[in-house]
Amino acid sequence: MTLKAVVNNVAQMPASADAVVDIQKLSLTFQTADGPVYALSDVDLKIERGEFVSFIGPSGCGKTTLLRVIADLEKATGGDISINGVSPQEARENRAYGYVFQAPALLPWRSIERNVTLPLEIMEISREERIKRGHEALKLVELNGFEKKFPWQLSGGMQQRASIARALSFDADLLLMDEPFGALDEIVRDHLNEQLLKLWARTNKTVAFVTHSIPEAVYLSTKIVVMSPRPGRIIDVIKTDFPKDRGLDIRETPEFLEVAHRVREGLRAGHSYDE
Amino acid sequence: MTTIKLDKFCLVAAIAALLALIFPLSGVDPESGKQIAFVSDISGIAVAMALCVIAGAAFTWLGVGHIQYAAIILVVAVFGCWQAIAALYDYGIAGHAGTGFWLFILSLWAFVWRGIDVVARYRSLEMAKQQSANILVPIAFGVWLLFLWEVIVAGFGVPQVLLPAPSAIGLRFISSTDILAADFQQTFIKAVISGYVIGCGSAFIVAIAVDRVPFLKRGLLPLGNMVSALPIIGVAPIMVMWFGFDWQSKAAVIVIMTFFPMLVNTVTGLNAAGALEKDLMATYASGYWSTLFRLRLPAAMPFVFNALKINSTLALIGAIVAEFFGTPIVGMGFRISTEVGRMNVDMVWAEIALAALAGTAFYGAVAYVERKATSWHPSFRVRRH
Amino acid sequence: MTSNAATMNGAIGDASLWSRLMSGQAGPVTVVLIALFVIWYVGAVFMNAPTQIDRYNRAGETWTTTRLIEDTLAQERPILPAPHQVAQEMYKTIFATSITSKRSLVYHTWVTLSSTLLGFVIGTALGIFLAVGIVHVVTLEKSLMPWVISSQTIPILAIAPMIVVVLGAIGLKGLMPKAIISTYLCFFPVTISMVKGMRSPQVIQLDLMRTYNASKWQTFWSLRLPSAMPYLFASLKVAIAISLVGAIVGELPTGAQAGLGARLLAGSYYGQTIQIWSALLTAALVAAIMVVMVGWCERRVLARMGVRG
Repeated sequence: MTLKAVVNNVAQMPASADAVVDIQKLSLTFQTADGPVYALSDVDLKIERGEFVSFIGPSGCGKTTLLRVIADLEKATGGDISINGVSPQEARENRAYGYVFQAPALLPWRSIERNVTLPLEIMEISREERIKRGHEALKLVELNGFEKKFPWQLSGGMQQRASIARALSFDADLLLMDEPFGALDEIVRDHLNEQLLKLWARTNKTVAFVTHSIPEAVYLSTKIVVMSPRPGRIIDVIKTDFPKDRGLDIRETPEFLEVAHRVREGLRAGHSYDE
Repeated sequence: MTTIKLDKFCLVAAIAALLALIFPLSGVDPESGKQIAFVSDISGIAVAMALCVIAGAAFTWLGVGHIQYAAIILVVAVFGCWQAIAALYDYGIAGHAGTGFWLFILSLWAFVWRGIDVVARYRSLEMAKQQSANILVPIAFGVWLLFLWEVIVAGFGVPQVLLPAPSAIGLRFISSTDILAADFQQTFIKAVISGYVIGCGSAFIVAIAVDRVPFLKRGLLPLGNMVSALPIIGVAPIMVMWFGFDWQSKAAVIVIMTFFPMLVNTVTGLNAAGALEKDLMATYASGYWSTLFRLRLPAAMPFVFNALKINSTLALIGAIVAEFFGTPIVGMGFRISTEVGRMNVDMVWAEIALAALAGTAFYGAVAYVERKATSWHPSFRVRRH
Repeated sequence: MTSNAATMNGAIGDASLWSRLMSGQAGPVTVVLIALFVIWYVGAVFMNAPTQIDRYNRAGETWTTTRLIEDTLAQERPILPAPHQVAQEMYKTIFATSITSKRSLVYHTWVTLSSTLLGFVIGTALGIFLAVGIVHVVTLEKSLMPWVISSQTIPILAIAPMIVVVLGAIGLKGLMPKAIISTYLCFFPVTISMVKGMRSPQVIQLDLMRTYNASKWQTFWSLRLPSAMPYLFASLKVAIAISLVGAIVGELPTGAQAGLGARLLAGSYYGQTIQIWSALLTAALVAAIMVVMVGWCERRVLARMGVRG
């Protein structure tokens, strides 16, 4: 299937499937030698088209697992989940989403350009088209000019930007990001957050974003999903209404601090620290 | 849309076994000009084939979802193998096996593969069950290969000179234990052990000495690495000239072969301790010997054992090949080269089996000591997943 | 160099050059090699001296130390030939003899080398093929891999003479039997390294391919195979060296007429030590050249794959 066909398919979805991700009573239990581990329990969530949804919670709360279930990297053991109205597996087979991992996961033997065009190569898109789209994706993350460099020649932040370009290159409407900036220092992270917001405003994609930083979640999102461990569950969903073209300076406003406070309260309620 | 998923391997097994019942079991005897055996003549193999048909058909529909089903399949296959061997040797099919027989073997192959397949995919949270499954798979596979070897050699009547059947090798092994024991003593006990100990020991001591002289270390390491790629085995004729025909010359070859891997690995290992640990020892004002014994030698142990394992294989090869250049009339290499000349291939195979046993046991012993000595090393940690 | 440095004391300049030379690898290696040569010469004198003295005594000649040293280094069948004797023999049989002649070392080297290379190519292909199977089929991994590993502990070379004889009995002679031994020896290290290499991609990289819904083939070509390249080359160096050993040993017990192994054997029959040593050194040289060539290919390929350094 060509890329264009995929894009068209998504465009022709019926209006009722406006929820890009629809999760109902989802649960996932891992069987281990020490007994079952309830990674996710009774999760209900809708992600609408164009939303920027953050998942926040302490480690072990299942936020990454939830993202992996959406991406069909993990199979749920109960409940329903649909992506664009179809199962996660079908969505994956349609290449409906781009996934950004915690680490850049660039292939060290490929140049940046060839890394970014890797998904296009797998989708068997012609060479000229690949190069064109690769250029566009690299421009979106402001990495044009680095096409011929190898990953080790780039800084950590630039590598992660390249991996975002790779997720953008095939123009999927849904972007799944698993703590993409977790390993970067605060200054680089701020900069990338700002760029990511601009990108989201410009492309109107739907983003699901896992993080463990409260300011990052509040700054980026239109909806914050607060999660708690043992069993992994959603304890609060907070909507924010900052403008789409917000700047880093909104982090000093009272509204921002208020939302951040509510997230912190939610995290505290869902987690007992005396264990 | 409902699709019934047929188990392909069981289907193949059932069809092959069914056809095996129809086709003649053996070819034509060239002297009398008639078929030697039909399925109807041999009740054992007929029962086995019928069982294969039934089990194959049943599991084609049922699928082999459970480990119990796999066990049933494997039991049927073992019974079939036993009957096939019986038919070969007790009913004179050996050398004349026909279409029916080979179809039956095909059926057994499908069963065994499917059975092993299921056991290989078996996952249990109980360590004991998982481990026995993990051990069963390679053993079952190995036994199956031996059976296949036996059946193909006997069924096609492959001449003994070309490839003897495992049973013939086994018989020869048992009947000539005295010769094998003498060869083992000459080659392994005398040559291999002494050469191995001298080679590894001297290299270890030299490595510690070399390690104190950075200049020598830089000069010897690249050469030592290069030497491992050279055909050192070629020094065998020279050693035979220098040290005579007996085991001493073989031990000398082994000393040379084992020296460099040990030297290179030990020197590398002595530098394996981390900078942090070295700094820690420095803060205690630990002296050279104290640091050597408390930090650097323990850190070098994985490397030393790596060399010991490599050398265990090299030593046996060295001894056997060196014996090709001259030896008293005893020894594994001597026996191999003379029996090959006399076309006593089963004796050669018995000797090779002995070499394989000795080599594996030697390696296993070193690996066992390694496990005990370096149990702290990450490679021995039990993996959780 | 600045003018200041140029006016520096010559002795200090020399010392710094000297220390720079000796701090790398080239200097120490050269020194060790020279030391080896000296030991070789001294060893030759001492090992050959007893027979030489014996000869003098029988002939009733008187001898001086200088004459003894000269004579020990020029014996026809010395216990340990001197390096220059081996070098002369090698020059004579490599350059001064027509390469079609049976006395030419080039001829013998080619006989061994051709089966080495043939075995190496087949063995490598087989090893890679097997590794691909093991990585992609769970059952193969669980059933075959333990045997591949434990077969490494078996002295496989012991089978070499039998393979040659048995294949000879069914009419396969010359190149092929030796190549089969080399193949057999080659494919184990290649298989094991390739399995390791194709398993080396991180989970995160495999997940990435899964999000693209990449087929097994696509994952193989764009992830597993490139990841395995460093492992492959490491094993190829081992494989080519062991392939040569296999070819040489394959020539030993069967009275082969040509090849480096046959030269070794003939030399040991007739006590031609110089011939043994020159065959041995040639074999070592061939092995070194082949390993260096594999290393060169490795650097080329890895450089194209953007590996640092």
